[in-house]
Amino acid sequence: MSFDARDRSRDLADVGIRPRVRIQTEPPHESANARNGTQQATAREVVFDIRNMSVHYGDNRALDATTLKIYRNLVTAVIGPSGCGKSTFIRSLNRMNDSVPGFRLGGQVLYHGHDVYGTAVNRVEVRRRIGIVFQRPNPFPKSIYDNVAWAPRNLGMKADLDAWVKQALRHAALWDEVQDRLRDSALSLSGGQQQRLCIARAIAIEPDVLLLDEPASALDPVATASIEDLMRALKSRYTIVVVTHNMQQAARVADHVAFFSLDQIGSGRVGTLIEYADAETIFRAPKDARTRDYVTGQFG
Amino acid sequence: MIGHEDGQPRDPALPDPTAPLTATGNLRRRAAVNRMVEISASGSALLAVSVLALVLYGVISRGASALSFTFLTSNPAGLAGGGIANALIGTALIVALAAVIAVPVGILCGIYLTEFAGARSRSGRALKLVLDLMQGLPTVVVGLFVFGLLVAGGKESGFAGAVALSIVMLPLIARSSQEVLALVPGTLREAADALGVDRWRGVVGVVLPTALGGIATGAILAIARAAGETAPLLFVDGIYNANTTELNLFGHGVPNIPVLILTTSDLAIPQGFARAWGAAFVLLALIMIANIGARLILARSRRVRMTR
Repeated sequence: MSFDARDRSRDLADVGIRPRVRIQTEPPHESANARNGTQQATAREVVFDIRNMSVHYGDNRALDATTLKIYRNLVTAVIGPSGCGKSTFIRSLNRMNDSVPGFRLGGQVLYHGHDVYGTAVNRVEVRRRIGIVFQRPNPFPKSIYDNVAWAPRNLGMKADLDAWVKQALRHAALWDEVQDRLRDSALSLSGGQQQRLCIARAIAIEPDVLLLDEPASALDPVATASIEDLMRALKSRYTIVVVTHNMQQAARVADHVAFFSLDQIGSGRVGTLIEYADAETIFRAPKDARTRDYVTGQFG
Repeated sequence: MIGHEDGQPRDPALPDPTAPLTATGNLRRRAAVNRMVEISASGSALLAVSVLALVLYGVISRGASALSFTFLTSNPAGLAGGGIANALIGTALIVALAAVIAVPVGILCGIYLTEFAGARSRSGRALKLVLDLMQGLPTVVVGLFVFGLLVAGGKESGFAGAVALSIVMLPLIARSSQEVLALVPGTLREAADALGVDRWRGVVGVVLPTALGGIATGAILAIARAAGETAPLLFVDGIYNANTTELNLFGHGVPNIPVLILTTSDLAIPQGFARAWGAAFVLLALIMIANIGARLILARSRRVRMTR
């Protein structure tokens, strides 16, 4: 299965019709939790094939060689203690780290078979398809409408902009709350609403993947719950990778979980992928003692 | 304390904690120094304010009497009669053209410094240094430079005056834009980058609108500053037909207020001084209005950002 962006973007002009080609070679993941997660996952389409990806900032190694596959239409959670390279990992998937001074990446990140760090790759195009929402809500100081409409407008998706905006706000579960005040400043919204607006802004350009970097860590429990509901609802349309340091959150929303920790390598402590499996395995029967210690609250 | 531990008497150099809480030792001297510094600082502040107050008083008391409707709306007549309408129009045109040249270039310099040159890039630091040097450039030198560039061998012109004033404005606008742009949170740039939109669109669509109030303020202050510059205009726009209105800035000198103030007072006759004071009053009033207006714009843009 190869991903053809051109076909996709043509379809996207047609609001309301979801052009997602899905391969369903097996029953939905959720109903098969008893089975071995990695086995069934191999039948799913691979979105990210990450091979020996390591990250350095200058001389400082932030992430040790990491190999894992991220599958389509699943929520993949990245958990681990502070400073273990979770954010570095997720931000490397759509090249947000490129602007960090001294950033170097080893190994390969294949996205639908294409090397994200290949020589002919355009960074802007990468982010066009792989959206990201950050830890702190960062709406533009513009109206609610313009926050969502800004990127589609700049990307030439001008036909039926109102419908685009409405759809993005609906999918971000924000429409009912803001439909009467779309012209108000986005900064008048509460923190949880602002974060959902940022999600609406990210999905307004119909990305393929949604990266969420601790999207709920700056929010109260009620707003957190609404973000989690959102993740469950959105995974049928997008592939979601979410960084969280909240294990309960990972347990509630994730299909697959990658546990990162700090490992002593040479003289320094380096973020390392300890274990990657389906959520059931990570939380009920982790293979690695460090994972067990972390998920049972022994450390971190 | 150490003395107590090993059973020795207290070190007599240490203050006695049980003594009354009045000033002792060098505390009296320190209090006097403190008082002196305080008095000289507030005295200097008072001096600065009073200098401005004296200038204002001088200009208003002497200039206000010259002021009338005809003074503002009629051209000079005879040696020292009539109004200053042509000089007002000339200054407005010259300053407007200078702003048209300097404001876009200045803002783009600011954008280059904050958005495209890295924080510690060599080119960015070099540009900052150049702008600071330009800011310190004596305006006489600017006038001489533009004279050599545009006037020598040809004729003085309003255009040359505008070029000279734009050189005065440019570093002020560039540095103030850069300072305001640097205050725009990096998270907004990151958000724009993350949406798969080209960098320049993020700058134009998100960063610039966020900083617009501050950029406008800086630009107006720079324009007000340049409007009163006299030295460069003496070189490049000091010779003109004093009694006619010139709407064309090219090819000939254009009457303007700073040079008018100088030439009329140079006449050394009472009517000339009265006109000079009147023109000075008008110039000062315009600059003050621009300054206060700029500050109001800034205050408003800050308030809007906070309450929205």
